[in-house]
Order: sequence, then structure tokens, then C-alpha cells
Amino acid sequence: MTAVASQVPSAQTSTQRLPFAKAITEGLRAAMRRDEKVMLMGEDIGALGGVFRVTEGLQAEFGAHRVVDTPLAESGIVGTALGLSMRGYRPVVEIQFDGFIFPAYDQITTQLAKMHYRSQGRLSVPVVIRVPFGGGIGAVEHHSESPEALFAHTPGLRVVSPGSPQDAFVMIQEAIASPDPVLFFEPKGRYWEKGPVDLGVEPAGSADTLNRAVVARPGTDVTVVAYGPTVATALRSAEAAAQEGVSLEVIDVRAVSPLDTATIVQSVKRTGRCVVVHEAVTYLGLGAEIAARVTEQCFYELEAPVLRVGGFHHPYPVAKLEHEYLPSLDRVLDAVDRVLAH
Amino acid sequence: MTDLLHHPLVEFTTEHAPLQFINEHGQRVENQHNAEFDQYLAHLSVEDLKSFYRDMMVVRRFDVEATALQRQGELALYAPLLGQEAAQVGSGRALATTDMVFPSYREHGVAHTRGLDMTKILQLFRGVNHGGWDSFERNFHMYTLVIGSHALHAVGYAMGIQQDAKLAQARGGQEAAAQAAPEAVMVYFGDGATSQGDVSEALGFAAVNNAPVVFFCQNNQWAISVPNHLQFKSPLYLRGTGFGVPGVRVDGNDVLAVHAATRWALDYARHGHGPVFIEAVTYRMGAHTTSDDPTKYRTREEEAQWRAKDPIDRIRRALEDEGVWSEADDAALTAELEGFGEYVRGYVRSLEAPPVTSMFDHVYGSPNALVEEDRAWFTRYQESFVDGEGDAQ
Repeated sequence: MTAVASQVPSAQTSTQRLPFAKAITEGLRAAMRRDEKVMLMGEDIGALGGVFRVTEGLQAEFGAHRVVDTPLAESGIVGTALGLSMRGYRPVVEIQFDGFIFPAYDQITTQLAKMHYRSQGRLSVPVVIRVPFGGGIGAVEHHSESPEALFAHTPGLRVVSPGSPQDAFVMIQEAIASPDPVLFFEPKGRYWEKGPVDLGVEPAGSADTLNRAVVARPGTDVTVVAYGPTVATALRSAEAAAQEGVSLEVIDVRAVSPLDTATIVQSVKRTGRCVVVHEAVTYLGLGAEIAARVTEQCFYELEAPVLRVGGFHHPYPVAKLEHEYLPSLDRVLDAVDRVLAH
Repeated sequence: MTDLLHHPLVEFTTEHAPLQFINEHGQRVENQHNAEFDQYLAHLSVEDLKSFYRDMMVVRRFDVEATALQRQGELALYAPLLGQEAAQVGSGRALATTDMVFPSYREHGVAHTRGLDMTKILQLFRGVNHGGWDSFERNFHMYTLVIGSHALHAVGYAMGIQQDAKLAQARGGQEAAAQAAPEAVMVYFGDGATSQGDVSEALGFAAVNNAPVVFFCQNNQWAISVPNHLQFKSPLYLRGTGFGVPGVRVDGNDVLAVHAATRWALDYARHGHGPVFIEAVTYRMGAHTTSDDPTKYRTREEEAQWRAKDPIDRIRRALEDEGVWSEADDAALTAELEGFGEYVRGYVRSLEAPPVTSMFDHVYGSPNALVEEDRAWFTRYQESFVDGEGDAQ
């Protein structure tokens, strides 16, 4: 059966080149067609289709009762979604921008994250919270932040971020299928980048995709760990490094929480060097956790200290300066040079 | 300058004394205001009234026992409801079995009316778990300790009731949808919770969705040590009007007034008219929790004034005046309460700490590597203390 199935190249029939944003739209559409209990909620997601048009066309297809324009109140959106999930629904809520998630922070961390634990497993609250995050789009303040570590620090929440349109399509469906609340961080700076998406891929429903990192590009000299918006930066860095004869292995973390430490460790044990790249503030960011884990588990294989390339310890800067703030190809390559110098 | 005293809102407020059927002397009150609600009491028999009294007495006994258990060190904390028995029993007994309740953390009396053994609540206060009962066993959700958060959960759940009907309709099952018993949701919170943004957001979401939810605010006058006048200026029962949610103020120490108003509100919500806000004016005669000391923040005179309005005394007087409460009733109830007290004490003392490794259970609904790592580490750590004969140190 498996052999036969693999001879049917679904890619020939269902693979399209789609922008990141539209890959998510297609993932939402597939999940909504599959299960009528999936509903979308958020500000401006109906007629407008969201400020990034991720939900475009879905209200027309599924109706205003399944694609719901809510009042402008983030805590209200998440809190009512929790109530709906207790009634058997699978709400997918959109927070319009990263910096606007904080009014909902209480509902997410004190309520959503803990309901399953408090109820000793009697209640599931499968709410998905979509958050366009990260910078690089020339926005005003509160529109370019990376608050993922705040949620990854909270037990009970799954925190994921896709690094490719294909993953975006599959992972949003896996997030919806998950019995746990999921923070789904969408790299908004890459919404318009196209990539191949196989629309024939069905979610496995095992949460495996939400638990596993992937090797986005194999290499031998340095392991570069990234997620969301920095996956593309890491891949471009690997291209550039290859021209100078340096082989970078790029790992797309995908799951910020739980972190797939094994995949990272396996790679670093081979390369002996590790650089972590993210847009979020470096201090106490995911890079700190990865560096600690790699140090603990690869101490004798490490040829150099684990380095981090990330945001500085200040608020996300004004748009005219953000290109200096964001981890760039040059900053990644500089870190690669430093770990190779040991 | 505007004459505030003659502002229409103030006139409206002062004209509308709380809905009352039995005054603090146990006498029946008849006025134009309560006549509108009379029909919501018409179904009550003498036995029903006696059972209201009995329920309130059981709840009060529970409160006395739990407070004593805390003082004896058997409970880490307890939140007394002393004085709020009428508000809770009167409203709780207005609910249908199919209605869903979202309580705060003081609704032990409501739990009792739902048929939930309120002693289970003490698992939370003893520190053996965070819940202790199944939310859907009696349609009484777990307690929520973050003030006002659950108002949004209640509204979401009510939106889910509406969503069920919409999906049935979309499938062409109008008849099935119409035949289903209409459900409503009730959310309980205190006066302090009305200062929280979540309660305002809940009113807004409920209003625009016409959600079948009743907001039941027990105004017990104090948010721990902060009195009403430092929390809000406009009367609470008007809080919903700006959102398009009608409000009713009831005497929260009059079990019949509470019952009538709640039945009306649930009916109103259940039949598609949308949410209602009820303010039950009552008094928390005890502390906020066993950790605070009311003598630091309020006067004995104030407490005495409210003690004279005790919700249990007045229904008892009313029953006696009607000549329907006998010595035999009294003896039976006293015996029941003694037995119940003994049960509560025995139950609490029997609650042991759960197995240590159970703390790693149920963090997630699906496998999670971080939890499993911690569980494995802790298990190894525990096993490292086991001696050659297998005894844990």
C-alpha cells in the first residue's frame, strides 16, 4: 500500500506556488471544510479578510457565523473562544498584530494554558491563536514584535512558527487538530514570499509536526538554528557561506515549545558548532534555552561556544532603523566566522 | 451647572429600590414593582419554601465547618459566603439542569443547588488539586480565581449554544434546532469584578451577539477591604445598560426576590432576548477569605446593621408566621445538619496529597517532550533515594 501510495505523486496534481499568507488561507479552508466546529474569530477578518488578507474569501464561503468579526477587544476574543471550545468548538482567533496580544495575555496564560491541567484532563480547550509577528515591513510601533518566548515560558501552551509556505499550510491544520491551545506565530515579513505548497497533504493529527524540528538544509561545518522569519535569513546565509566553502546546516525549529532538542543536538554533535538566530530580544530568548541545552548535551563535541544572533535589549526600533536591528545575513555570517575561529 | 440630583439617571435609580418580596422583618412586601415578578413565584409550594430554608441552612453549616477547618489547619484557605446564602440558593434554584454555570470562587451555595457535593470544593482549599469536580457533571464549571475572567468564558459558551442552532439550521435541521430545550448560561461574580475589563468586554460580546447569558453580580459591598464607593459611582445594576444589557436590582438577602428575578432573567435569555444583568444587593458577613481581618476595614456598627437583615432569619420568620414550620421540622433539620457537619470534617481530613508524579499529568492533552523530560528526570531523582531493600527514604 505504502509503495503504491508513494507512486502517486500528489505533487503533480496538487502542488502550487503560493505566498506564505495564502498557504495559511488554504490550510484554514481545508480545516473548515473538514470540520464544521472549526470557526474563525477576530478583528476585521470577515469582509476585509484580515489586514493581511489571510482570511480573505472565507466568510463568503463559510458564512458570517463561522468567520466572525468580533468587537475590538483581544481579551474578549480569547476569553470567548475559550468558552466556545468548552462547548465543543475549535476556534481559531486572529490577533491583528504581535504587539496587541498583551490585553489577551491574562486569558492566554492564566486561563487557556491551565484549563486542561486544572481540570485534571477533563476539559480540553483547543483554541488556536494566530499572531502575525516579527518585523521588516516598515510598520509603526507595536506592529513588529516577537513575544513568543513569553508564551513558550508558560506550560500548557504550544508555541509554533512555520518557516516555509508548505509548513504553514500543514502546521495550521495540525494546530487546529491539536487538543491543546496553540500560539501560531506567522512570520508576517514573509507573507508575500512564494513557495511550493502541496495542497494534498493531510494533517496527521498526531501533533508530531508541532513537536519536531526539521533540517531545512543539510551541512557539515556549523549548525544554524532558526525559526519563522529567520529561517529564510539562515538559508540565504548558507548559500553565501557555501560560496566561500563553508557548509552550514540549517535547522528550522518550527516548535518553539516544546523544543525538539534532539534534532538540534544530533546536528551539533556532528558539526561541533552552533549559532542560533531569532528576531526576538536575545536576553532570555529561545536562543538562551537552546544554548544551554546544547552546552549541556554536547559539551565534549563543542568546538566553540554557542552564539546567538538576535534582537537588542530595547523596544523594537523605528522602521527607518529596523534593518540594523534585524538579524541580517551579515550578522549571521559574522557569528559563523566567530565560531569557526575557535 | 447641571443639577445632578435631578439627572434622569439618578431619579431612575432612586425610584427603583431593590426588588423585594420579604422584608428584613420577615413580612411579605407587595408593591407595583414586585407585582411584575409575582408570576415567577407562582409555582412554589410550601414545601419548596421550606426546602429553600433548608438549603440555606445546609450552606451556612458548610461555611461554619469549613471556616473552623481552616482555623484548625486542615485547610490552607477558605472563602466564606456567610450572609450570601439567599443570593446563591435563590438564584441557583432558578436554573434548569441543562443550564451552564460559571462560578467565581465563593459560589459554594450555588454548587449545592446544582446537586454538586460542595464538600468537593474543599479539595481546592486543602491544596490537593485545582478543581476537584467535573464541570459537566452538574453543569457547574470549576472555580475561577482570576477575577472576572470567567465572564468571558460564560459568554463564549453561550455563543456556542447559539452556534449549535446556526449549524443545525445550516444543515437544514431547523425542526431539530427548534425542538431542543433552550439553554442559558449564568455567570457569578462580585462587585469587585465589575471593575475588571473582562466583565465589560463580556457585556459587550454578550450584547452584540444577543447571547443567552445572565450576569449575576453579588454586590456584597466589599472587594476584600475596598468598599463600593471606591470601586464605582453608577449603581451596578445599570452597568449593563450602556452595553444594551438590561439590569435588575434585587434584595440579595431575600431568597424569593432573587429567585423571581433570576427566573425572569433566565427565561428572557433562553427565549432569544439576550443577556441580563442582575445586581443582588447583599453583604459578606465574614472575611473575604480566612486570610483577611474585616475589623481592619469596617465597623462593627455596619456589620450589626447587616446582621439584622440576615437572609436566613427572614425566611425562617416568614415560615413561622405562616405556621408551616414545626418543631418536628426543626428537629429533623438539626439532626441533618449535625450529620452533615460530621461528614464535612471527615471528608476533609481524608483528603491526602496526590502521588507526587501526578503533577506531571495533564499539562497537555497530547504528548509533550518538555513535560516528559521533567517527569523522567524527577522519577530518576526519586529512585536515587531508594535503598537496597527498596524503601524510599
